[in-house]
Amino acid sequence: MFTHGAMDFFYLIIFPGFAFTVVAGLLSTWVDRKVSARIQWRVGPPWYQPFADVIKLMGKESIIPEGANRVSFLIAPFIGFTAVILVSTIVWMANIFPGASFVGDLIVVIYLLYLPAIALIVAGSASRNPFGALGASREMNLMLAYEAALLFAVFTVVVKNGGIISLGGILGYQAAHGAMLSQGASCIIAFVVTLLCMPAKLGIVPFDIAEAETELIAGPYTEYSGVTLAIFKLTKAMLLFTLPIFMLTLFAKTVWTPWTILWYALILVFIILVKNVNPRFRIDQALRLFWLPVLGLSLLGIILAAVGL
Amino acid sequence: MGNNNHRLSGIKKWGFKKSPWVFHLSTGSCNNCDIEILDALTPRFDLERFGILLVGTPRHADILLVTGVVTVQALPRLLHVYEQAAKPCMGVAIGACACSCGIFDGGYHVVGPVDKIIPVDVYIPGCPPKPEAIISGVVKALAKL
Ligand code: SF4
Repeated sequence: MFTHGAMDFFYLIIFPGFAFTVVAGLLSTWVDRKVSARIQWRVGPPWYQPFADVIKLMGKESIIPEGANRVSFLIAPFIGFTAVILVSTIVWMANIFPGASFVGDLIVVIYLLYLPAIALIVAGSASRNPFGALGASREMNLMLAYEAALLFAVFTVVVKNGGIISLGGILGYQAAHGAMLSQGASCIIAFVVTLLCMPAKLGIVPFDIAEAETELIAGPYTEYSGVTLAIFKLTKAMLLFTLPIFMLTLFAKTVWTPWTILWYALILVFIILVKNVNPRFRIDQALRLFWLPVLGLSLLGIILAAVGL
Repeated sequence: MGNNNHRLSGIKKWGFKKSPWVFHLSTGSCNNCDIEILDALTPRFDLERFGILLVGTPRHADILLVTGVVTVQALPRLLHVYEQAAKPCMGVAIGACACSCGIFDGGYHVVGPVDKIIPVDVYIPGCPPKPEAIISGVVKALAKL
């Protein structure tokens, strides 16, 4: 995928990787906060607000609580952070140079996307805080709830296109046969399932069960301050940008076109609207929701794909 | 205890000024000042315009809003919360009680005003102060940076 050192560095740090994802992610969190403010009949923060938050957190003291496991406490934020940077780089590179992607990078991306949630679980358990531990256990339950449905939805695409498991291959297939979304009922169902799972994966409102600031203070983030908290905020912001881009790569032909901005804005507005008109689910309600209707829907999708619809 | 001296410069100062997260702590108030803080955080005043957010844990806080006299029971908790807060962290005393013990001065349960225990940067008088006064107090605290 990469050719030589200097370009690797550029791809990973500047364009599709770190810097680009951070800026795009922070701007998306601003859109989130601004639109939420408008829905609540407020003015809302200025565009640089998420940047100011991160800069301020970088300048503050980072405390390691007494009795916490120092190593895991400090490593946890960086696990999710690096994973999201890698996902963003792999997905964008596959879009820009479809021929250069490696076989099975779809699987790699799916595994890397587990890591932000695992980082939260590690963080909550390492911080020696009852709220953190509760948040970690809830995050674990939530992961068990949505991952199965999400996985089946992604594999509907694989079944539909005849077993191609590289992003470049999927993009090539879509370039030849049209976007996955226009290929029949199974892919539309899969897309709807991914849309339903996205707030859970991102940890925002109907499914911010792990963070739940009204019951758990801040869940796994409770003991984090300064730089470590800033890394968590960045991870969340970057995921808000990267996850929809990954879904668009799978379903909407390619993201290397100006139309992506429109598509991405639509998905973002959908997430924000869901966030603003719904209360938080209890963990058992979320589990039931994902294991019965949503998982059923995604199984239906994969069966339809297998019979060729 | 005397006043803090937080001197920040450059981009750090900008970040701190544009994104003060507040933590709200009652050390023995009659609850009236707390209600006024909540009023100040409602959509009517929309403090998120200035980046002010209410956070649930002192680890994330940049400003501690303390209301009420410090009672014997609240003393260790106040110290604990102040030590837990990530520095730089400013203290704001809200209401006559927090500034000078107010009507509870001399009570058997009273340890003293807030500035006897933790450094206080801004005093907001009133019983209770209006939301506008609280906002203006926080602005003054930020101007001290
Ligand atoms: S200042 Fe007045 S309103 Fe505020 S806590 Fe004291 S008595 Fe209550």
